[in-house]
Order: sequence, then C-alpha cells, then structure tokens
Amino acid sequence: MLKDYFPILVMLVMAVGFGVTMIFLSSIAGRKRPTATKESPYECGSIPVGTARIRFDVKFYLVAILFILFDLEVVFLWPWAVLFIERLGLFGLVEVAIFVGILLVGFVYAWRKGALEWQ
Amino acid sequence: MSNSAAQLAYLAPELVVAVGAVAVLALDILLPERSRRLLARATAAALLASLAAVWWLYAGEVAGRPERLFTGTLVRDGYSLFLDAVFLLAGILGALVSARYVDREGLQSGEYYALMLFAVLGMMLMAVSAELVTLFISYEILSLSVYVLSGIARGRAESAEAAMKYFLLGAFSSGFLIYGIALIYGATGTTALEAIGAAVMSRGLFGNSLLLIGMALVTVGFAFKVAAVPFHGWVPDVYQGAPLPVTAFMSAGVKAAAFGALARVLFTAFGSLSAVWQPALWLLALLTMVLGNTAAIAQTNIKRMLAYSSIAHAGYMLAGVAAYTAGDVALGSVLYYALVYTAMNIGAFAVVLVVGREGEGNQELSDYRGLAVRHPWVAAGMALFMVSLSGLPPTAGFLGKFYILNAALRANLIGLAVALVLASLISWYYYLRVVWLMYFIKPGEAPPTLSGAPSLRLAVGMAAVLVLILGLWPSAALNLAQVAALTVTAGGLPVIGRP
Amino acid sequence: MTEWILFIVLTAVAVGSALMMVLNRNPVHAALWLVLTFLAVAVFFLVLGAQFLFAAQIIIYTGAIMVLFLFVVMLLNLEREREPIVTGGQRAAAVALAFALLAVLVIAIAARTSFPTMAMVPGGITLTDLGVALFDEWLLPFELASILLLVAMIGAIALARRRT
Repeated sequence: MLKDYFPILVMLVMAVGFGVTMIFLSSIAGRKRPTATKESPYECGSIPVGTARIRFDVKFYLVAILFILFDLEVVFLWPWAVLFIERLGLFGLVEVAIFVGILLVGFVYAWRKGALEWQ
Repeated sequence: MSNSAAQLAYLAPELVVAVGAVAVLALDILLPERSRRLLARATAAALLASLAAVWWLYAGEVAGRPERLFTGTLVRDGYSLFLDAVFLLAGILGALVSARYVDREGLQSGEYYALMLFAVLGMMLMAVSAELVTLFISYEILSLSVYVLSGIARGRAESAEAAMKYFLLGAFSSGFLIYGIALIYGATGTTALEAIGAAVMSRGLFGNSLLLIGMALVTVGFAFKVAAVPFHGWVPDVYQGAPLPVTAFMSAGVKAAAFGALARVLFTAFGSLSAVWQPALWLLALLTMVLGNTAAIAQTNIKRMLAYSSIAHAGYMLAGVAAYTAGDVALGSVLYYALVYTAMNIGAFAVVLVVGREGEGNQELSDYRGLAVRHPWVAAGMALFMVSLSGLPPTAGFLGKFYILNAALRANLIGLAVALVLASLISWYYYLRVVWLMYFIKPGEAPPTLSGAPSLRLAVGMAAVLVLILGLWPSAALNLAQVAALTVTAGGLPVIGRP
Repeated sequence: MTEWILFIVLTAVAVGSALMMVLNRNPVHAALWLVLTFLAVAVFFLVLGAQFLFAAQIIIYTGAIMVLFLFVVMLLNLEREREPIVTGGQRAAAVALAFALLAVLVIAIAARTSFPTMAMVPGGITLTDLGVALFDEWLLPFELASILLLVAMIGAIALARRRT
C-alpha cells in the first residue's frame, strides 16, 4: 500500500529540487549591489536586533484561536466537497448549510464585537 | 428529509434553547448598550419556552416510549425529559439570580447569557445522548461554556484563577473520558450504549481488560465533573472564585448533567458489569460524603462552605447510583434528588446573592449574624434551604435523602446507608449553624444592607416554594422520576455475578 | 517487514520527541519537539490508511494549534524559567501515581487483552468512506461539532477581547 505514495515522494523531490535549483541559479546569475539596508536581516517589520522574547499582545491570541476554529470548520467541509456531487445532493447541502450557518453566526458576532479589529 | 424534520420535533426543547442562544447573540450586537438588560429576559423566555416544549412532549406521551433519533445517536425518553426539566429549572433560576449581578459587576452580558444557554443546551444533549461520541461532544459544549463563565469576571484575579483551574482539571477529565471511550470502542466495536451492553452479553466480555479499563476511565471522567472525592480538588477554589450566580447555576446544573450521563452509561451499557463498578461507586460515595461534610465544618466563607456541601451531596447521589441492583428505584431516587438539589442549592446561593455586596463582598458566615432581626423573610428563606440541605423534614431535602436511603437498603448496601445517615448528622452542624447565626446572634456593627432586585427575590421565592412542594406533596414529581427511571431500566437490568 | 521497521522508527521518533518536549526547559524548543511528535503521529495515521486524518493532523495540529502554542508562549513572556510551586513530596507522589497508572494500563491492555483485529480496508479509508459516514450515520455529532466551535469562539471573545 505504501507504494501508492511513491508519486508523492517523486513530487516532493521535484519540489525541493526546483526550489534549490532556483536559489542556486539566482545566486550565480543574479546581479548583486549590496547596501547596508539590503544586508540587514529582514524580520517582518520587527526590529531585527535585540531579545527575541518580546511580549506579544493578547490580540494575536484571539486571532490565532479564531483562525483555528475556522480551520477546523474547513477541514470538516473537505469530505463534503468531495462527495457533494456524486453522493450527497440536496440533503447534504442542507446539512452543510446548517453547519456553516451556525459558524457564520459566530463569525458575524466576532466581527460586530470588534474581535477582528486591530487597534 | 421529512424524516429528519419529524425527528426534530422530538428535540423541540433542545432546539428552542439553541435558537434562544443564537437570538441572545443577535440581540447583543443589535441592541444599544442601555437595553442590554433585555438579554436576561430573553434568556429566561427561551428557557421557559423550552420548558413548555418539554411539557408538550410529556403531554404527547413521549415519556413512556423511547424514540431513537438520528441513526441512534440520540434517544428521546422520559429520562431525558425529566433531566431536561431539571436543567431548565437550574437555567431559569440561574438567569434570575444573574440579572442584577451581571449589571452591577459590569460583566459582558451578551456572552454571559449566551454561554449560559449553551451550557443548558450541552446538559440537555448529554441527557438525550445514546451514544458515546455524541455524549462527549455534548459534554464538551457544556464544559467549555462553564469554564468561560467561571472566568468571565475579568477584573477579578480569583475569577481567572477559577477558570484556569477548572479548565486544566476539566481538560484532564475530558482526556480520561475520551481515552475510556476509545478503549470501549476497541473492545466492543461500537459506541452506542445499548450495542455496548449487547456486545458485553453476546460476546462474553466480562473479563475483557480493555473494556474494564475503558469503563473505569469513563467513570473517572464523570467523577471529576460530579466532584466526587478524590476528584474534587478543583471544587472549592472554582466555586469560590467564579462569579456567584455562575457558581449557583453550575453547582446544580453541571452535577445533574454529569449524574444523568454517568447513570445512563453505567445502567445501559455496563449493567452486566455492575459487580465490578458497584463497589467502586460505593467507595467513591463513602469518601465523598465523609470528606465533603467534614471539610465543610471548617469553612468560614459561605461560598466555600456551600462548595464542600455540594461535594457531600454528590456523595449522596453517588450512593443512589451505586444502588444499581434496586433498579428503577435507585435511578428514580437519583433523578428526584437532582431536582430537589437544584431547587434548594440555587435557593441557598440566591440568598447569598441577596446578602452579598459588590465584588463578592459580604460572604463570610459572620455576615449572617442577626439577619433574622432585620430581614425576617430573607432569613426564613435561608433557614428553609439550610434545613432542606441538611435533610430534615418537612422539606424536599428530607424526602430526597429518604428515597436514596430506601434504594440503598433495597440494594442491600446497609453499610452505605448507615454512612449516609451519619454523614447527614455531621452536616447538621454546619447547616444549622447558619440558622443559629441568623436567629440567635446579635447583628454586627454594620448591619447588612440587602440588594433587593425583584428578579433575585423571585428566584428565592420560587426555590422556596419548590422546596416546600417537593417536600410536602412530592407524589407528582416522584411519579415522573419513576417513569423516567423506568424508561432506562424497562428492558430489565442484567445482574450477573462477579466475572 | 517494511511495515515493522517503519513502525519501530516512527515509534522511536514519536516517543523520543514527546519525551524531549516534556523534559525541555525552554518552552519554544519544547513546542518545536511537539511539532515532531505531531508529524510522527500523522505518519502513523498514513501507515494505517487514514489519509484524511494524516492531512488533518498536519493542517490542524502542526499548523494551527502549534501557532497558538507559540503565541501563548510569547504572550506569557517566559524570560526565565520559573519552577512551579509544588513541594518535592507532591512531585514525587505525582510521578509515582502517573507511573502506577501507566503500569496498570500497559499490563491490562498489552498483556491481558487479545485484540479484536479488523481487516484493513484495501487502499485505506478514503475521503469518500469518511464523508459517507460523517454525513449519514454521524450527522448529528457533526452538526453538534459546529455548536462546540461556536461556543469556543464566543468563549475566546469573552475572555480575550479588549474591553470597550
């Protein structure tokens, strides 16, 4: 049964190979005009030097947990999406509409309560 | 599909609560800030409507014949209807005692009432679950709601501490529960309670250690939730730290829900293994009664005293479940006690709320000195609840204990019955001390001023009337409890010797 | 034979990284070890033919839940390790009891049970099988899961939203 996964292994190898090749090619073929700003490490807008243990704001947590909840929701939708046309039909649509509807309530609530705002 | 619609009619009480919870959320974002008080009313209205739906199903004689719903994941029977009524009572009293408190303490009312409704929904779903996965999800709906409710007073560190402790230990208990469910599935190949019972009989799994361990782990999971000793460590801190109305609501509601589910699992799925779990529950009951009552004596804070008292009452109810061989008499006594306990315990907490002040003030026993002189009605209510909790006639608490005692004797658990009586004697000391403080001691320097919200007084009055009715004219409620118990035990409970 | 070697290797990785997670004093490193544990468990699922669980395990646990863990670590700002306030006696008792429980479980499950074996579904449990089960037999728990997620959402908002 593990043989079934051989194409995936091939794909993984190709993906990694492609990435490595691109980096390698650009490092030999690209033009380089370094400046101080370009040389400095890039860290998503944070200050790159200093202690890494800065205290995060609690709003990161709220966004992360809301993300997990909707992530879970999408995972549940996956088997539905695969089966919808062949097997489930209208009844399946109603089932999933209830599921998504309940979560939509949560989404609207989070939105209106300002949980998604960032100040 | 029409089939599904027909099945939904049987779930009318649950649906009403679910719709109510969503409606509260909608109102919370639609209403202007100053009319948020309506949320308490909306909550109470949803719960009352759900109670009406329970009554409607009773009237339709659903109670007598179990109806299997949604591929057997749920079963609508008298047992679940009776428990639904208990949860709704806890919810209604809980909403009434919350109204003033939520405003005064500046809690987030939308989330508060929505979570309270979701907690009730989780309890009701636990009661109708006929299958372990559904039961587990319902259990989690309830648990998550009450964890957050315990910590909703974000300004107070004790509230956050309560939520944290409750959540951590609750997560452990969920772990035990789900692990147990997995092992039971591994041993029997099913999670449906009746099918597990059938598999045990037909395949002779009496000595199957996978199954026995699974059963033990599930029992431990529920023992956490009912606060049985030695799984009670979280109770005093959580009950003391959580906002008072939340404590009132969950001390009665969560306990009833966990007992309802535990008893259904043990009676339906593991009846034939009763020789194994009966002694274990016997021991749990004994420890819980003795420790709860003795620890309560030492308390000076009334919330903490009631927390230990709540542990003790879990012990009495465990004794009822342990009396398995008494069949429907045992189960009926547990159901009746759950109802009685809900009325008298939330009543007692409601009085504590009447006496209490902002920021959980005025909760020491000494604050009750001389209450009878200044506020005779409030003191009379408290005296009634204390007498009922201590199990003295003519109150509901007396009858509740009487029926549990009766079940224990029928099941030949003489030792446990004696322990129950002795433990109750101990409890007289700390319950009646409150009465004594109120009536025979002069008030302190600063006489307590009372918060006289009408909703709070209504809750005290309702609870008091219920305690009296259930104590003096119990036959109607007892009859319902008996019918409810019979729907679970109707097929005849298997009793088999030690494997 | 291949499966047997695979099992040994996976078990070693899963248990080893779990141990490293527990024993590591640095919370960020512990979290990274946990990623490895999650991945090893995911591969277990794959070997057992549960492809969907494999993908879900990686997406949800190694992806989303790990992010949350790291956020919490950063949120608590654990610059220095702090010893939890437990006495030596408590710790010893906890360790002893945990091992006692483990021993009971191992003895009872490994030594005394004849496992009911189920034939593996050829080709594993496909998404179709899972979907058919989920949207028919397990329809109600599936819908209840959305309520559970909604409750979690409201709870998170109630506890973590900035006060207005």
